Amino acid sequence: MIPIKEEIERCDVLIAGGGMGGLMAAIAAADGGADVIVTEKADTRRSGSGTTGNDHFVCYIPEVHGTLDQFMKELRQTFAGKNADGNILRKFASRTFEVVQDWHSWGINMKIDGKWTFEGHAFPGHMRTHLKYDGHEQKSVLTREAKKRGVRILNKTVITELLTTEQGEICGALALDVSRDEPLLRLVECKAIVTATGAATRIYSAATPAMMFNVAGCPACTGAGSAAMYRVGATLVNMDIPGIHAGPKYFVRAGKGTWIGVLRDIEGKNIGPFVDRPSREHGDVTSDIWPSVFRDKAERGEGPVYMDCSELSEEDMKYLYWAFVCEGDTSLIEAMDKQGIDLRRHMVEFGSYECSLQGRGVQIDENGATNIPGLYGAGDQVGNILCHVSGAATMGRIAGENAAAYAKGRPQAGSAGGHPVVLEKQALYSSFLERDFGPGWKDMNTALNQLMDDYAGGYNARSEKLLRAGLKYLNDLKELSLKRLRCATAHELMRALEVFDALQMGELVCWSALERKETRGNHVRVDFPFTNPTLNDCFVTVTKGPEGPVTAIRQANP
Amino acid sequence: MPPIIRKEKCTACGTCVQICCMDVFGPCEKGAVPAVRYPEECWHCRACVMDCPKGAIELEYPLAAMLLAMDSPVTQKGGSAK
Repeated sequence: MIPIKEEIERCDVLIAGGGMGGLMAAIAAADGGADVIVTEKADTRRSGSGTTGNDHFVCYIPEVHGTLDQFMKELRQTFAGKNADGNILRKFASRTFEVVQDWHSWGINMKIDGKWTFEGHAFPGHMRTHLKYDGHEQKSVLTREAKKRGVRILNKTVITELLTTEQGEICGALALDVSRDEPLLRLVECKAIVTATGAATRIYSAATPAMMFNVAGCPACTGAGSAAMYRVGATLVNMDIPGIHAGPKYFVRAGKGTWIGVLRDIEGKNIGPFVDRPSREHGDVTSDIWPSVFRDKAERGEGPVYMDCSELSEEDMKYLYWAFVCEGDTSLIEAMDKQGIDLRRHMVEFGSYECSLQGRGVQIDENGATNIPGLYGAGDQVGNILCHVSGAATMGRIAGENAAAYAKGRPQAGSAGGHPVVLEKQALYSSFLERDFGPGWKDMNTALNQLMDDYAGGYNARSEKLLRAGLKYLNDLKELSLKRLRCATAHELMRALEVFDALQMGELVCWSALERKETRGNHVRVDFPFTNPTLNDCFVTVTKGPEGPVTAIRQANP
Repeated sequence: MPPIIRKEKCTACGTCVQICCMDVFGPCEKGAVPAVRYPEECWHCRACVMDCPKGAIELEYPLAAMLLAMDSPVTQKGGSAK
């Protein structure tokens, strides 16, 4: 049996995931007087989707943007404002500037050229909502700020299950220590939990099927937080709407927002109506609002589509290469250099990437709280608020503040030692390690990808028949994997548990997609090939029930 | 497949092993030059290259992640009309 470390970690607030949202939650909870532990499967100085940087932060500054209503109207029109409850989005926006000011004072350069500079992701003639910044050292800065406040960081430690009492109160979590080849289980007891485990990737096939980790968001994130929250009763939302990202076609991690160019076809004809020449102020917002443009154009025989930056002035070209560093895309610069690609004369083909669950997942309220008392969510794993770095940072802060307030003066609800979930999972994880042979996690992940591609299409069609068949096959895959999967090391066990979480998220995609009986965006139901106006501004939710997942439709908060 | 550690430059400080967000090196004995045990899990974030104090790491970019580029017809024609 995999041993369980005798010493139990105890704290007021446990943060699962040390990315941008988790670190901001930790800092806020510590500022609120809580004793805080952060668990991180890698190292908080370099982990998650913000690992090497970001360069755009949605930020509302009254002196720049006017009233909050004016700002909200613009935000709703960009890719950043979709799938969000209006009341939460307002609270988010109203607190962005304080985060930006704090970051600047902590040493993250938020003032390009010494002033607040709003550039990119913008329609010409409209207000600009995205502050340009240099985030290439953001993770080490936030780690330092967390440690300064006494936050304890447990790196190489993965939360695999949340623990509740028989009354459903949060009492702790089960963690897997992956710092050595031999796995070790650890227990945490706490009064409140914030999970911030990032977007869920590796559910659908990667753009390059042979390279499973060639994905846009951090490939170590597969929905662990939302899946674990679902298992203890939290409601998930917006799982039905496929999330699509885009950027350099097979070099998937580089994204598109930093590029200052024009989307053009092979003959140089512009694709979108927004800019004629590269614009540092606006970027080309075409693929923000139409991220599947590259795949759509290819399917119609109108592709390929390229990002053409070649008309930039030398000054702006230098600025673009510097911005790639801010965004954490130094590998893109190096790869282009090694291939002899010079953006002064070359245009680079872009592609629409695989579907992921970024900004799809646990449902929160204005305080970052779920429907389970003491359980909070933040970052890309949240389903009803703008995600990306600004959503993670600001909502992380709000979740951390509220988790600390919840934990204050509250007694520990129950114990983690001997908890039935701990014993069950210890036996299950041990069975994977004890087998002499059996399929590995990659085999299971590939099987999951092909089922999701074919039966719960992100790009492909969906229908009741396909989704129901897909659910049957996903369950078969789960049962077979539980019986046969083999892991040799703690690292492999971590990856295997990621695939089980991805599979659970895939099942909840199917259940949610069944509930939305219409076609909307990239959720294409061939059995309901129209957009139903009575479902405008409606979200699909899914919650664990005694007989299985229970789906419902609710009106979005305006 | 990435990354590649130049043994002659590596001082076995363990920085790359600790900070890799994909754990591509896996656990490593103290004082040993890290092995790249899980190369297929590299995300090309390049943190190991940036954070290595001795400049001992290089990334090898997979052919399947090759960037697809063309000469810009607009620039070849002397720029867009506007």
